[in-house]
Amino acid sequence: MRPLRLVWIYPDLLSTYGDRGNLLVLERRARLRGLPVEVAEVNSDQPVPPDGDIYLMGGGEDLPQTLATRRLQADGGLREAASRGAVVFAVCAGYQVLGMEFGGADGAQVPGLGLLDIRSGRGERRAVGEIVADVDPALNVPRLTGFENHQGVTRLGPGARPLARTTAGTGNGDGTEGAYAGRVLGTYLHGPALVRNPGLADLLLYWAAGPLPPLPPQAEELAQRLRQERLTAILPG
Amino acid sequence: MDPNNHRSRLPVRARLATTVGGAAATVSRLAGKGDGSVIGGIIGLRLEPDLLSLLAADRQVVLVTGTNGKTTTTRLITAALTPLGQGIASNMHGANMEAGLTSALSRAPDAPLAVLETDEKYIPAMVKATRPKVVVLLNLSRDQMDRAAEIWLLARRWREALASAPGCRVVANADDPLVAWAASSAAQVTWVAAGQRWREDSWCCPNCGSHLLRDGDDWSCGECGGRRPPVSWMLYGDQVIDPSGRATQLDLALPGRANRSNAVVALAVAEAFGVHISAALRELRTVTSVAGRYTQVTRRGCEIRLLLAKNPAGWLEALDVLAAPPAPVLLSVNAQGPDGRDTSWLWDVDYRRLRGRNVLVGGERKLDLAVRLEADEVPFRLVNNIDEAIDAVRAVSPTLEVLANYTAFQQYRAVLGRTQ
Repeated sequence: MRPLRLVWIYPDLLSTYGDRGNLLVLERRARLRGLPVEVAEVNSDQPVPPDGDIYLMGGGEDLPQTLATRRLQADGGLREAASRGAVVFAVCAGYQVLGMEFGGADGAQVPGLGLLDIRSGRGERRAVGEIVADVDPALNVPRLTGFENHQGVTRLGPGARPLARTTAGTGNGDGTEGAYAGRVLGTYLHGPALVRNPGLADLLLYWAAGPLPPLPPQAEELAQRLRQERLTAILPG
Repeated sequence: MDPNNHRSRLPVRARLATTVGGAAATVSRLAGKGDGSVIGGIIGLRLEPDLLSLLAADRQVVLVTGTNGKTTTTRLITAALTPLGQGIASNMHGANMEAGLTSALSRAPDAPLAVLETDEKYIPAMVKATRPKVVVLLNLSRDQMDRAAEIWLLARRWREALASAPGCRVVANADDPLVAWAASSAAQVTWVAAGQRWREDSWCCPNCGSHLLRDGDDWSCGECGGRRPPVSWMLYGDQVIDPSGRATQLDLALPGRANRSNAVVALAVAEAFGVHISAALRELRTVTSVAGRYTQVTRRGCEIRLLLAKNPAGWLEALDVLAAPPAPVLLSVNAQGPDGRDTSWLWDVDYRRLRGRNVLVGGERKLDLAVRLEADEVPFRLVNNIDEAIDAVRAVSPTLEVLANYTAFQQYRAVLGRTQ
């Protein structure tokens, strides 16, 4: 069987806070189902391989975010992969990078990669804290729980759908959270967003590898307990 | 008027402010609300907003900052300066913002020297207020980003602050590219090779953003020509190499590579004050624990050692310090305000080297840590408190290593008794 290829884009620039968690969760959940996995960690001085199955992008400060965007534009590997239907999952700064434009370090707008029809700018206040959001029913993924830490405000164009509607927290800033189009998906849940959202991890794996056998319950027990603990702490009663 | 009595030279309002602030600190201490250093400083500053500048005037001040090692290095520098035989004001309990610094100075009105741990974010304001003789920059890495500034931004603010403090000497870690970039704006810099175990935040040139070239401890930028500055102090194994090139055995009581680095930094600061390395080293070797860190306590027959680490770089260093297997390890994580309310950082630590060890997991966020260890295939057992941990290991081991983040560490200290 051809291994599932996971590509982590620019851990040197876009990995501010535990972003490796998404890679580890996908890897673990694939292997537990007997899927062989191959991982490529691609730094900003290396070419992005265009033949990956799932591409991951993390968060970053303003300057590294702009640098990463310029390099990805010049490189072209991610664009090529996305255009042939590869899965792209990006959080926080990486989410903004996927869009048409975002707010840069000096307040000027920076053109993004244009893989998602979203436009991001800088909000008035930093959104910091737990976030809970209900996922678009079409995706069949349980409620999201995570942590956000950003000052971005994102507006979706007609080519993108909101990933979720916020119950707690800020997300895009208009009651929605994240966005997706085809197999390109971004969220303001930062860092290891998939840890508390195994359903979202499985959606990405499903998009890349097709129908998946369920995991034995004990393999998920801790993640589910953590998920419940966080949801109960944020939405008491 | 005694010319050595700094307090008698303070304006009346500042003198009143230190008195009232000191009284408030005493009340707070008596009420069992910590050591009172913050509340005393806050009240003093409310009465006299310039109190810190007034208290710092005519003193030789050292500010110590960095993501990790501030408290320990402040303690070590204070020790290294004792051969001068002069009073030293210091915020040894870690209250490291404006109120904490103010309180430390007002509690030692006659001390001509001050060694002050300073929160990274407050460096620009504190450099302005205290006009330090020396600023120590240890390291910069990701830490509690739900409340702290981003580190590239911090480095830029340090750089700007030091550029406009011409009289100040900076003692800086040349091995940390962000620190080196921040320090290089200063008029006088003593470069120390203090090492950098955690490199995930310095892949790229802080000056131009290009990918840095790394060769051992050396680093350089292929684009803008930025490079590691030549160092005059260096840690080499357990030896310090001083500016004359002579190697001396450190033989510290404190464990770990990070503390040996901190000691070399302390020696470099001591030299700026004219303290000879051998005299300073004698004092450094007497430091056995710092605000409860590295303390050994016996509870119910179990020998417990407490280690504190607050962020990925700190955990990386602390995992090095752990006693060798089979000594069991209790890892404990909280996410209260002082810890940062976000536990994402757990995913930046590589726990795989704990495989095969007897690992216990505790703290208010033990499930976060449990899921993390599961991903790294490290077997563990969940415990609810220190006694459950002791019960879990007593049949196999007389010792227990405890590694905890800030409030988890303080909770264990409260249970185990506040021994020094």
